[in-house]
Amino acid sequence: MHGQEFFTQAFVYLLAGVVSVPIAKRLGLGSVLGYLIAGVAIGPFALGLVAEEGEDVLHFAEFGVVMMLFLIGLELRPQRLWRMRAQILGLGGVQILLSAVLLGAAAWLAFGDLRQGIAIGLVLALSSTAIVLQTMQEKGLMSTEAGESSFSVLLAQDIAVIPMLAMLPLLALRGGGDGAPTHASGHAADGHGAAEGAHAGSAFAIESLPIWGRGLVVFAAVALIFVAGRYLLRPVFRFIARARLREIFTGAALLLVIGIALLMAQVGLSPALGTFLAGVVLANSEYRHELESSVEPFKGLLLGLFFISVGAAVDFELVGGALTTVAGAVVVLVVAKIAVLLLLARFFRLGLDQALLFAFSLAQGSEFAFVLFSFAVQSQVLPAELAETMVAAVALSMALTPLLMLFAERVLLPRVGTAEAEERESDVEDDEAPVLIAGFGRVGQIVERLLTAQGIRSTVLDFDSDQVELLRGFGNEVYYGDATRLDLLRAAGAERARLIVLAVDRPATQLKLVHRIREHFPHLRIVARARSRTDAYDLIDAGADDVFRETFDSALQMGIRSLERLGVRSYRAHRLARAFRQFDEKSLRRLLQLRKDRTAYVGAARRQREDLALVLERDVELLRDPGDPGWDVESLAAESREGSG
Amino acid sequence: MDSTGEVPEAGAVAGEMRQDEARRGGREQSAPQVLLLFAHPAYERSRANRALLEAARTLPGVLVHDLYETYPDFGIDVAAEQRLLAAAPAVVLQHPLYWYSAPALVKEWLDLVLQHGWAYGHQGHALDGKRLLSVVTAGGPRSAYGSTGANRFTLPELLRPFEQTARLCRMHWLPPFAVTGVHGMSDAELEASVALYLEALSFVSGEAPAEVDLASHELLNDLLEGDAARRRRGEPSIRREG
Repeated sequence: MHGQEFFTQAFVYLLAGVVSVPIAKRLGLGSVLGYLIAGVAIGPFALGLVAEEGEDVLHFAEFGVVMMLFLIGLELRPQRLWRMRAQILGLGGVQILLSAVLLGAAAWLAFGDLRQGIAIGLVLALSSTAIVLQTMQEKGLMSTEAGESSFSVLLAQDIAVIPMLAMLPLLALRGGGDGAPTHASGHAADGHGAAEGAHAGSAFAIESLPIWGRGLVVFAAVALIFVAGRYLLRPVFRFIARARLREIFTGAALLLVIGIALLMAQVGLSPALGTFLAGVVLANSEYRHELESSVEPFKGLLLGLFFISVGAAVDFELVGGALTTVAGAVVVLVVAKIAVLLLLARFFRLGLDQALLFAFSLAQGSEFAFVLFSFAVQSQVLPAELAETMVAAVALSMALTPLLMLFAERVLLPRVGTAEAEERESDVEDDEAPVLIAGFGRVGQIVERLLTAQGIRSTVLDFDSDQVELLRGFGNEVYYGDATRLDLLRAAGAERARLIVLAVDRPATQLKLVHRIREHFPHLRIVARARSRTDAYDLIDAGADDVFRETFDSALQMGIRSLERLGVRSYRAHRLARAFRQFDEKSLRRLLQLRKDRTAYVGAARRQREDLALVLERDVELLRDPGDPGWDVESLAAESREGSG
Repeated sequence: MDSTGEVPEAGAVAGEMRQDEARRGGREQSAPQVLLLFAHPAYERSRANRALLEAARTLPGVLVHDLYETYPDFGIDVAAEQRLLAAAPAVVLQHPLYWYSAPALVKEWLDLVLQHGWAYGHQGHALDGKRLLSVVTAGGPRSAYGSTGANRFTLPELLRPFEQTARLCRMHWLPPFAVTGVHGMSDAELEASVALYLEALSFVSGEAPAEVDLASHELLNDLLEGDAARRRRGEPSIRREG
């Protein structure tokens, strides 16, 4: 691609997104619809700013889906995935089967060919992972029953793509179709269109292997991901993290995702599925949050690009030409899916509100459809015009999804009595610790140990990969990462945590953290460590709730012990120290008020010193006599003498 | 700490009032009618005291002051406590009965706050005429408190040191309010006790009508229960309207 041309393209796509998405969000339509509209606007049938290359962009952008699945994998610990297996296979499997039968029958009736009907039914049974998950995440519905069920179905569909790729050539009109599949599976194997070019130079032709050999290679690839994820990636990431260069870590994260996508494509598996597995394997590692925040922005942009390309790819000329066919297909597709999903929701005992969300969110065609339909044409299962009509129908159904979800949310849900989807207790929520601890050195460790002893879980962030590795060895929940990064704080659960302990040893970092947290997570209570009195002033000024000077308590304890060693009775020494602390903490707050005016500060500081001297004198006086005023019986004794005398 | 993993609020600077109470105090700046001094070293495990206190918090005009939460290290701020006392016409002292007396912090509080020359003595008139209601919870049933019971003395007898403390400070000592038998108490019984406690708080927040013979009742519970019975029969009540 010519450089100039590339930048023009990038400019057009970015501008379209930047203009339309905020508007769509403001109107409450969600970002997906915004991107789609942007795509239509710059597409060949409106402004005509992008033409044929839109298709290439689409394939490229599908990589965003791969990244999204990687991120979802990172959120899903293996234990949890295992618990979901019944839902994935049951709910997902039945959905694919029923939808395929229903849609296939409709296609058979409409186009009069059983084979074509089966092919269309199978492909249309799939829903769009990109659109559904993006919309659900945006609306915060992922941890609801509807969100979890949708996710299970989408995961099952991702798995189902593999057998579908194998089945489609068998439906070919001319029996075997020997020549086509070899060429086509090279294209189809990229699943989400990732790394298309990789196959050209592929020295290793998996198609030439017998079926058991292919199975073996696939198994080996999956096993490689598991083993490498468990034993190899962590030391590698630790090594990279030690360089303390953020961009290299980000590069490594991207390298991992792209590498797995390539590997999966080589063995004919869906790259999305492969990266998803890698994500799951890494979900228990200390680099989880840092990986999440590294890949997240790329995923966001690529998905946006993907939605724009879908919008731009809607062939309005074709739609106009075969209006009834396309419209009919869209209506049948959406209605049949909603019917099947509602039935399933009923069977799997979802509440009515959750069932409606579930059904309306999954009622569209999949981005897989673009790949699968073109594969079907190459395999001579479908005529090109029919496939193009179907692709248009799928694209339109995707564009309809945000509107359908809005309809379900705004119109249907209020009628069933639940406007907001009820948050269900899910494992993701369980994973959220109420406390974040930034910095896990001498200070953070003690705080964490005290909390852990009370059964309070905390998520710990530290920027020293060796330290993190060491502490994880002792079973601590520690993550690698720079806590001043907003995205990392978010990934670590700052939005849901109640409290953050700032125990980083660098005062400048501490101050930056307080500013950042106050700006973005105002609900978080901040308990902060201060190196000195001056740092304490800065932290309080910046909005930290509770500030502790790190040496103050130890110094006080040393003072108490010194007094005791000098013969002061222990209780008196402790009381002296307590009075000292009270006074000192009060003076800290009072001096803060006067701090802005430098002269006042100096004057006040001297005054405080005098005050302190006064208080200490008073304390000494109080305690030289029998004790506190309450224990002081001098006046009482005098009064008694008066009374008796 | 209970098992829900709840994070207790971080303690404020020692010796200062806890923030929520300070806010509460701020909201009811028009001097609270009742200062409720509460002491329980293991509040998180208590059932009866929690129920009573939570109900009390809902009443306007009642300032709840949780002593153990404010002074976890027993570093009582005497001046602040005296200011609170001076502002309230009625004081309630609520705590569980430990060894026939109050938890240790209450004793420390009495020792330090009720200074000679402030609370008592020739010059000490800060508490003159204020009402003092002692509220205790006890594990054993009421029948255990009396000459024939395991504890041999009635609750008012056991609380005599508090009564005399009030008298020395020229305070107006009321018959104590007690929730007994909390160990085996059903939810319904506890609810009834809470309702009666709210009546007790509203009773203590105003002057007792002259016709009420306080001394004839062992516990304030008896007075209030008798009054409730009279109300049910449609007879005149001591309860003030509104």
